[in-house]
Amino acid sequence: MRSRSAGYFLPRDLHPGAWWVWTLGLAVAASRTTNPWLLLTIIAVVCHVVIARRTEAPWAMAFRVYLVLGAVIITFRVFFRFVFGGAEGSTIILDLPEIPLPAWAAGIRLFGAVSAESLLGGLYDGLRLAAMVICLGAGNALANPKRLLKAMPPALYEVGTAVIVALSVFPQLAESVLRVRQARRLRGGTRGKRMHGLRTIVIPVLEDALDRSLALAASMDSRGYGRAGTAAPRARFVTGTLMIVGLGGVCVGVYATLDGSTPRFLALPVLLAGLATALAGFRLAGRRVHRTRYRPDRWRLAEAVTAGSGIAVALALFATSSVDPTNLNPSLIELSWPLLSWEPLLGVLAGTLPAFLTPQPEHLPGRVPS
Amino acid sequence: MIELTGVSFWYHGQAEPVLANVGATIGEGELVLVAGRTGAGKSTLLGTVNGLVPHFTGGHLEGRVAVAGADTASHPPREFAHLVGVVGQDPLAGFVTDTVEEELAYGMEQLGLSPPVMRRRVEETLDLLGIADLRHRALRQLSGGQQQRVAIGSVLTMHPPVLVLDEPTSALDPTAAEDVLATLARLVHDLGTTVLLAEHRMERVVPFADRMLYLAGNGTLVDGPPAAVLRDMPIGPPIVALGRFAGWEPLPLSVREARRQAGPLREALPAPPGDPADPVVAPVLTGRNIVVRYGSTVAVREVSLDLHGSTVLALMGRNGSGKSSLLWALQGSGPRQGGTVAVAGSDPGRLPSAQARALVGLVPQTAGDLLYLSRVADECAAADRESQAAPGACRDVLDRLAPGIDPDAHPRDLSEGQRLALVLAVQLTAAPPIMLLDEPTRGLDYDAKSALATTIAVLAAEGRAVVVATHDVEFVAAVADRVMVMAEGEIVADGPAREVLGGSPAFAPQVAKILGPDWLTVADVRAALPQEAR
Repeated sequence: MRSRSAGYFLPRDLHPGAWWVWTLGLAVAASRTTNPWLLLTIIAVVCHVVIARRTEAPWAMAFRVYLVLGAVIITFRVFFRFVFGGAEGSTIILDLPEIPLPAWAAGIRLFGAVSAESLLGGLYDGLRLAAMVICLGAGNALANPKRLLKAMPPALYEVGTAVIVALSVFPQLAESVLRVRQARRLRGGTRGKRMHGLRTIVIPVLEDALDRSLALAASMDSRGYGRAGTAAPRARFVTGTLMIVGLGGVCVGVYATLDGSTPRFLALPVLLAGLATALAGFRLAGRRVHRTRYRPDRWRLAEAVTAGSGIAVALALFATSSVDPTNLNPSLIELSWPLLSWEPLLGVLAGTLPAFLTPQPEHLPGRVPS
Repeated sequence: MIELTGVSFWYHGQAEPVLANVGATIGEGELVLVAGRTGAGKSTLLGTVNGLVPHFTGGHLEGRVAVAGADTASHPPREFAHLVGVVGQDPLAGFVTDTVEEELAYGMEQLGLSPPVMRRRVEETLDLLGIADLRHRALRQLSGGQQQRVAIGSVLTMHPPVLVLDEPTSALDPTAAEDVLATLARLVHDLGTTVLLAEHRMERVVPFADRMLYLAGNGTLVDGPPAAVLRDMPIGPPIVALGRFAGWEPLPLSVREARRQAGPLREALPAPPGDPADPVVAPVLTGRNIVVRYGSTVAVREVSLDLHGSTVLALMGRNGSGKSSLLWALQGSGPRQGGTVAVAGSDPGRLPSAQARALVGLVPQTAGDLLYLSRVADECAAADRESQAAPGACRDVLDRLAPGIDPDAHPRDLSEGQRLALVLAVQLTAAPPIMLLDEPTRGLDYDAKSALATTIAVLAAEGRAVVVATHDVEFVAAVADRVMVMAEGEIVADGPAREVLGGSPAFAPQVAKILGPDWLTVADVRAALPQEAR
């Protein structure tokens, strides 16, 4: 037993999918409630796990940005209630002079009376959105987004690589812009029109980006990217046909489902058949790809624990919303302190499990080999 | 291993072929050096080996190129991935992933090797190249030499019998370049890999090469052992120039061979010329306790220096030792957290950039960043406006540095040397008394380099203080009066060129290694030796 737990806790990076299931579970939970206590608990849980399990990679350091973004969202939500009126409810706490607008802007109100109910509504709403954004930020901080792309099914490998390359362009572009702006200062800075100044930076940066992408394309080509392998043209034709027919079926099916006037046999049956055909094509395409993964992330017990805790949080809030809806969405008609009951609180706290029950990431700050 | 038969190649829309009826057979385990001027078709020749030329570049190829029996006409480059490993000029631009380990595995993933094989080969390659301690590092944070070795490793994991490298050492400091070349020599000796490499700076590579292909520039190829090819070609490393001058037979290619034959010449040499007296004039630039830091990394650590007019100072040191940061701080456009810089009583860092550049001019490492217009004439006109100089001033300077550049040409179509001359002309239009050049010799062939050396001599003769940051030892030996060596942001050596270069094992030019620390260049020897004494 002891040796087993030692193996379980050996430092390693978890499968990125596990972290994303966990964060999405918490985000779904956040979307189910406007209770500020619960939302603040969710944010606290997320922050705790991120701090306990993030690495020192640049994407992990970006978590702070999401926290700031959350704060900005809340501020804006509340601020807008001041600007575009918030007179719903009876407790008027501030009476601003209303600015009369012309007739074509009917329905929009600028300033005017502000009620406590509407402010609280803005605050709860903002808090909910902020919690969801912070959850997404946590996913970004805990799982290397590029590794998630690498975990895609083989048929989508090419698309995944293209996205990875596109993602790496942005830091490079930022670097080029800095370099060229510095170089521009060597020529005496930009004098004259703004557009001219912009042009003097954009053109060298774009030329640089083009050069680099050509070099990268040549390098990828000569290193075997997109090797056809042993697939016969016939097999390629079959998979291609399957995919196109399948996707066509899905389109027809979705249209028929949404449009009541089309015959019913075109709806669900076609949708399902299309889906099945496309999936078959997908499988075939994946099987024909002769490519392997170097040290793929494996799905083991710790991954199951992480994903499970996220799903548990979401389920807990779904369950309580059917028994006890008022606690999850506090009333805005009668002002009162929002209440907190035990069931959803414990459910949300289950989200902290990954902070204790997962192995440490492999490269913690201070342990990065240099 | 590689067979070229009757290969001719035209780029799209050009009448003159880059390669004209070229033929060569390269056997297993040969290290072949491809030499030639800029634009002679070295990269094109290398590209034909795995089919990047013409599949990727376009153009028209005649004749047959085959590697291990596979013809490039019938297979695209990706089908050659397991046969030919290609390492491009800029390793960073060719990296697909983020970390060293993933980059090494990338090619094998494309080949579909089984995970245990991949795991084993990654470990073997990490050890073979001596980069095991870098395995988790981000590729962007590695030094140039480390990046180059990772780039070599990333193709080696596919176990290709042929390795093609385009200028693998041109951006590296002398020690890192030696490391990379030693790695290549080891591959040739231990694994029997066939290596084909192009290099401008031949001096280090020639001793390792079994064979040499010289592209004359008119599309023809001279093929033979290095000593035979070098004897007749117009360009060559200093050791060959010295051998030709002294009439040594056979032509020595390594310092060791040359030293054996150098006895008579050493005795015939008169006493070395004395060092020029130290300048007594007041310095044109005084820097005191300059500090540059990026976060917790200190790039320049309390450096003090004086620059004198009519003097060329060479700034040397390994990649990342703070040379560029120091130059940018002196110019005033870069960050400077502490210390003072004074030029004619004012600090260029506090002046608006238009005034700062009239005091100190800087040509950055990627000189092309300074250019943004589509015609040379427009760039010159813009430079005149920026410097408030008389119309035509920039063009005059340019004609003096590199006469005959077409005013309608696009700056990107110029050769490296011409583009550098254009940027230098743009910066000189402001008439600064101090000119700083960061790595100007990158990508220059021997001709362009000697043209640059002449230019620098002219700038110094006009009374300017010139600073050149470079790795190129032979270039420093040719141009510098004074040499400063930096390490970890500090100046560790500062003195006359002869004193600093001659005595150093890492920085000594070839002539000094052969004839002793008092002689740095072939030109020195030639000047000291009267015609009849030879």
